[in-house]
Amino acid sequence: MLEINGLRARAGGTDILQGLDLTMGPGEVHAVMGPNGSGKSTLANVLSGRPSVEVTGGSVLYKGKNLLDLSPEERACEGVFLAFQYPVEIPGVSNMYFMKSALNAVRKHRGESQLDAMDFLQLVREKMKLVEMDEALMNRSVNEGFSGGEKKRNEILQMAVLEPSLAILDETDSGLDIDALRIAAEGVNALRRPDRSVLVITHYQRLLDYIVPDYVHVLAGGRIVRSGGKDLALELEEKGYGWITDGASA
Amino acid sequence: MSEALERITKQEYQYGFVTDIEQDTLPPGLDEGVVRFISAKKEEPEWLLAWRLKAYERWVAMKDDSPTWAMVDYPEIDYQAISYYSAPKPKKQLESLDEVDPDLLDTYKKLGISLDEQKRLQNVAVDAVFDSVSVATTFKKELNKHGIIFCSFSEAVREHGDLVQKWLGSVVPQGDNYFAALNSAVFSDGSFVYIPKGVRCPMELSTYFRINAENTGQFERTLIVADEGSYVSYLEGCTAPQRDENQLHAAVVELVALGDAEIKYSTVQNWYPGDADGKGGIFNFVTKRGACRGARSKISWTQVETGSAVTWKYPSCILQGDDSVGEFYSVALTNNCQQADTGTKMIHIGKNTKSTIISKGISAGRGQNTYRGLVKISPKATGARNYSQCDSLLLGDQCGAHTFPYLEVKNDDATVEHEATTSKIGEDQLFYCQQRGISEEDAISMIVNGFCKEVLRELPMEFAVEAQNLLGVSLEGAVG
Ligand SMILES: Nc1ncnc2c1ncn2[C@@H]1O[C@H](COP(=O)(O)OP(=O)(O)OP(=O)(O)O)[C@@H](O)[C@H]1O
Ligand SMILES: [Mg+2]
Repeated sequence: MLEINGLRARAGGTDILQGLDLTMGPGEVHAVMGPNGSGKSTLANVLSGRPSVEVTGGSVLYKGKNLLDLSPEERACEGVFLAFQYPVEIPGVSNMYFMKSALNAVRKHRGESQLDAMDFLQLVREKMKLVEMDEALMNRSVNEGFSGGEKKRNEILQMAVLEPSLAILDETDSGLDIDALRIAAEGVNALRRPDRSVLVITHYQRLLDYIVPDYVHVLAGGRIVRSGGKDLALELEEKGYGWITDGASA
Repeated sequence: MSEALERITKQEYQYGFVTDIEQDTLPPGLDEGVVRFISAKKEEPEWLLAWRLKAYERWVAMKDDSPTWAMVDYPEIDYQAISYYSAPKPKKQLESLDEVDPDLLDTYKKLGISLDEQKRLQNVAVDAVFDSVSVATTFKKELNKHGIIFCSFSEAVREHGDLVQKWLGSVVPQGDNYFAALNSAVFSDGSFVYIPKGVRCPMELSTYFRINAENTGQFERTLIVADEGSYVSYLEGCTAPQRDENQLHAAVVELVALGDAEIKYSTVQNWYPGDADGKGGIFNFVTKRGACRGARSKISWTQVETGSAVTWKYPSCILQGDDSVGEFYSVALTNNCQQADTGTKMIHIGKNTKSTIISKGISAGRGQNTYRGLVKISPKATGARNYSQCDSLLLGDQCGAHTFPYLEVKNDDATVEHEATTSKIGEDQLFYCQQRGISEEDAISMIVNGFCKEVLRELPMEFAVEAQNLLGVSLEGAVG
């Protein structure tokens, strides 16, 4: 599914990723944890193609293709989805219209027919049940005035609508109350299929109780410094990062 | 900025063609003789000739008073180099639409305006003005049934002279300003609307202005009178061929709303803007003003300004009647070298008068966009309220946005609120859309469209679609 080799990236004049390796097989869930500022969001940004992040080395293969050659919208159409750590507000553009445009863009890319307003409404209502989102939010401007939790739920809803093959969740759990956390996790689990992979960026073990990862990685200083099974997350929760990162910088 | 932004903002003007048709055109130059010629050509009554001549006198006296306060920069206009009258040569006297010159019908068809009543959207009547004259008005019979008058200005002068004489210049006097004086002297045609007492006009009325001839100015005049308790929605659209020379368009629009009457006036202005280097394009110097004469009357201006090299335009409301309401909704987009200085004046005179101003300026390329507005509350306007909101959106970093809100409040009881924002189309917003699969071009359209939503939703449906296409966007809000 995804093969990252020696990835280096810089933003705002600083080198952030410094030789990152990560391989994800189809159907797998990988969790990435790591201290603040270690480069987790930067990794998500590189994978989704944010223009302000410059790739300075390494390679990324996605479904056998060179991911870095594709524009952000091509990546999205090919099934890469990023649930943003900070979802963006778009005043005056209704959430419904936005999602319909997104889905139709992706469908067009796949050579599928365009959904009209009625078809889409039906589809989105189905998906909304999954994340227990209030329909009123569909008719408001994208993320405008949404509470922190509503924004995160809206990201999960978009993921459910777009059905990506590689979903990257950047701290989707932060800002969610306990119920919302469970609901969001169920949304992710419902998406799981043998041909879909999930990369979960989180600070907390709690989310991983719901979305059980196959692998857990620790990102520090722009590299993966330790990988393990789901127990690694428990260990981190207990001991913090010091015991790993100290060793890494030594 | 981005490539997509460049592509969008550098789209070619679609209406730049020229109609090859025989025209009667007056040689360039302006003197009293020209004024008399136009009046004679139109077989006008004595009073109107006198009115024009007075305007001409005023204009001559204002020789050096061409306004200079606006934030626009353009070469001095040589008024003697302009022709003040040009009309397609009629092949014969017109009895019905079937006899309109096919070349003209074709021209309007290319512009997306069908003058064929059968094919036309059922609920829009059209008056088509080609250079100096009106060439066709549709749905007249249907409108006549309701006692509604909708015809070319020339016809109104012939058939409804008393009404025209009563209201002409009652809102924009001949000497109001330099361009209004010029227009009053040489106006050639335009539209006239009268809605009788208590009548709700059953269809949208619209005038489609087209400049075709070279080196001519277009000086049309629109007069709309809504009698007590009546309602009308009026639309105006404009295009012009692509030429290297600048052309002058100096129109005057007067609206009168009597007690409990409502006029909704919408404009989609798409005159040729000039090329990417600022060569050619229309100078759009327009005086638009409405008077809410009666109690509880309402005038609402909605404009989407995407064309013209230079725009100088302040659709205004004089709120005389108690509880009368004025509204101004505006989108002005300037791209390449376009300049717009536009806004409104809300003059509160009656008690409990209310006004709303929503202005959205979009600047791209090297475009300069200025909002200039005046809210004046006179001493008697107890309980008056105004809300103004002026938002600017910058696409790229070579363009500019400027806001000049003026306030004159002479009554302590009034409530005046003003909000202004300036934002840049953000990398974050674009990336968010793209990450969802939406192309950069569509994302820009979507964001711009969202920015203008409060204004676009004021437009009648047919125009909203045209306006959104003009802004290079797909239809927003189809759902929800
Ligand atoms: N555009 C930028 N300009 C300057 N510095 C940047 C930019 N983007 C990221 N950085 C810096 O790179 C480092 C990594 O940032 P990143 O957002 O990837 O961290 P993170 O691991 O996601 O942190 P957190 O857990 O707080 O979300 C930080 O020090 C950040 O300030
Ligand atoms: Mg982060």
